Amino acid sequence: MKAKTADKIATGFIYAISGIVALILFAMLSFILVRGVPHLSWHFLTSPARAFEAGGGVGVQLFNSFYLLILAMVISFPIALGAAIYLNEYAKKNYFTAIVRTAIEILSSLPSVVVGLFGFLLFVVQFKLGFSILSGAIALTLFNLPLLTRSIETSLAQIPDLQREAGSALGLSRWETVLHVILPAAVPSIVTGVVLSAGRVFGEAAALIYTAGQSAPALNFGDWNPFNISSPLNPMRPAETLAVHIWKINSEGIMPDVNAVSAGASAVLIIVVLLFNFSARKLGMKLYKKLTSS
Amino acid sequence: MTNPNFEFKPASDFIREDAPERYIYNMDADKHEIAISTHDLQVFYGDNLALSEGDLEFERYKITSLIGASGSGKSTFLRSLNRMNDDVATVNGQIMYRGVDINTKNIDVYEMRRHIGMVFQRPNPFAKSIYDNITFALTQRGNYTKEQLDEIVETSLKQAALWDQVKDELNKSALALSGGQAQRLVIARALALKPDILLLDEPSSALDPISSAQVEDTLIELKNQYTIIIVTHNMQQAARISDYTAFFHLGKVIEYDLTRKIFTRPKVALTNDYISGNFG
Ligand SMILES: Nc1ncnc2c1ncn2[C@@H]1O[C@H](COP(=O)(O)OP(=O)(O)OP(=O)(O)O)[C@@H](O)[C@H]1O
Ligand SMILES: [Mg+2]
Repeated sequence: MKAKTADKIATGFIYAISGIVALILFAMLSFILVRGVPHLSWHFLTSPARAFEAGGGVGVQLFNSFYLLILAMVISFPIALGAAIYLNEYAKKNYFTAIVRTAIEILSSLPSVVVGLFGFLLFVVQFKLGFSILSGAIALTLFNLPLLTRSIETSLAQIPDLQREAGSALGLSRWETVLHVILPAAVPSIVTGVVLSAGRVFGEAAALIYTAGQSAPALNFGDWNPFNISSPLNPMRPAETLAVHIWKINSEGIMPDVNAVSAGASAVLIIVVLLFNFSARKLGMKLYKKLTSS
Repeated sequence: MTNPNFEFKPASDFIREDAPERYIYNMDADKHEIAISTHDLQVFYGDNLALSEGDLEFERYKITSLIGASGSGKSTFLRSLNRMNDDVATVNGQIMYRGVDINTKNIDVYEMRRHIGMVFQRPNPFAKSIYDNITFALTQRGNYTKEQLDEIVETSLKQAALWDQVKDELNKSALALSGGQAQRLVIARALALKPDILLLDEPSSALDPISSAQVEDTLIELKNQYTIIIVTHNMQQAARISDYTAFFHLGKVIEYDLTRKIFTRPKVALTNDYISGNFG
C-alpha cells in the first residue's frame, strides 16, 4: 500500500515536471512563430537586407547560413567519423586515449563565444583570412567537431559487441568488421546525430560574429565562379548568417521595420531548426526500417 | 574415421608467409584422428589465472561437450581455441591443429578462424539480409559467381535446418528472424566458410525448448562432417548429443572421458557431484 502511494506520488511528480518542460518549449515556440510568421513572404526569404529603409529580407543571410553549414559539415564529418571510429573501435584504455577523451570533453563544453574569439585571433588576424566564410567554417568546425565526434562514438557504442565477435569469428579483420558490419548498422543513428548537429550549427551565432563577420554584401546569384568577389560561392567574402543577423539588428538595427524583420528572421531560424530536428528522427527511423526489413 | 567426402582446405592457408620453415605443414596431420589438441594451456586475464593444465585432445567428427559450473573456465578454454581471446587475455601453451601450433605469431588468425568457426550464446546475425549474412564473409575474400553463392547459401541453410523456413525470403532482414531461426542462421553462416571445426558456446541456452531441440538435431546432423566442441550447462543436452565430455572446475579439467562413462560411472567424486546437481 505504502509503496503504491509513493509510486503514485513519484509518477505524478515526474509527469508534472515533464509537462512543465513541454509547456515552456511550446510557449516559446508559439511566441516566436506567432510573432514572426505573418512577416514571412517569398520576398522576405529571397531579397537582401536593407540597412536604412523598410522592406528588406534575409535572402543573403539564409544562403550564407546554409553555405556555412554545408562547409562546416563537409570538413567536420570525416574528421569526427575517423576520431569516433578510432576511439570506439581501436583505442585501448591508456594514458593517450584518456587525454584525447578529456580534450574532446573540454572542447565540447567550451562556450561558443570562446571558439569564435579564438577563430578571430588565429584565422582572421594571424592567418589573415579576414572575416570570411572560410574563417567561419573553421570556427564552426571547431565548435561542431567534439559534439559530432561524441555523437558518432555513442552511435557506434550502441552496436553490441556481439556483432564485433561475429565478425572476428568469421575471420574478418577488425577493419572489415567496422566498415561492413558496424558502420552500416550504426548509419541510422549516425545520420540522426549529424542532422541534429546540423540544426545546432545552423542556429550558432557567437562563434560566427567575429569570424564570418557581420556584413552580408549583396550577391550575384548568376555568378557561380568561386573566385569572383560577388559570387555566392566565394569562400573569402564576409558572410553574416541568419542567427548573426538576428543578433545584429536587435542590438543596432536602425531600419524602420526592425521589429518585423527580427521577428520574421527568428521564425525562419526556428522553423529551419525544427525541420532539422524532425527530419533527423524521421530519417533515422526510415533508415533503420530499411536496414532491418529489406 | 575420416570422411572421404570432406575436402580439407590447405593448412598453408593460415600460416603466415614469413613463418619459419618448421611451420610448413605436415601432411600426415590430416590423417590423424585428433582434430585439435591443447598442451599446457594456461589463460590469464591480467594477473588472474583463469585456466591452467589445459591438456585436451578432440577427436575428429565427434561432438565433445565442455561442462562445469559458472566461472569454471569453459568459455575461456573454448575461446582460446580459435584465438578469440587474443585481445583480452594472455594465452600460454600449445594448440595443435593439423600438425601446427596455432597459438603463435606465425598464424594468420583471420584465415585460421575460417578453419575453426565459432557460434556464440546469443544469436548475432548481422543487420543484413539472410542471404548477405551467409555470403558476406565469403565475398570479402574470394570471387564467387552468383550461382556458386546461391548454392552455398542453399547448402548451408539446409545443413542448419533452416532452408525450408526461409527459402522464399532470403532477401529479408536477418533481424526479423526468431531467436531459434537466428541461431540456426548463425550456424549456417559459420558453415558457409566450410570450417573444419565448429566451436559453440552455449548455443541453445538463450532459446526456447523447441528451438533448442532443433539446434541439437542440427548439430547431430553436422557431426559427419565437422568436429564439434560445445559448451553447455544442460546435462541432458550433453548426454544426448556428445560423444565425449570434459568436466571443468575452477579453471582445470577434472575429468575427460566418453560421455557415457562420465554420466554413468565418473571416476572423480567432484564430477559425480556436479552431474547429479549437488553444486554449480
Ligand atoms: N574478459 C574477461 N576478463 C577478466 N576475467 C574474465 C573474463 N572472462 C572471464 N573471466 C574470468 O575467468 C573465469 C572463467 O570464466 P569463463 O567465462 O571462462 O567461465 P565459464 O565456465 O564459461 O562460465 P559460464 O558458465 O558462466 O559461462 C571467471 O572467473 C571469470 O570471472
Ligand atoms: Mg561461458
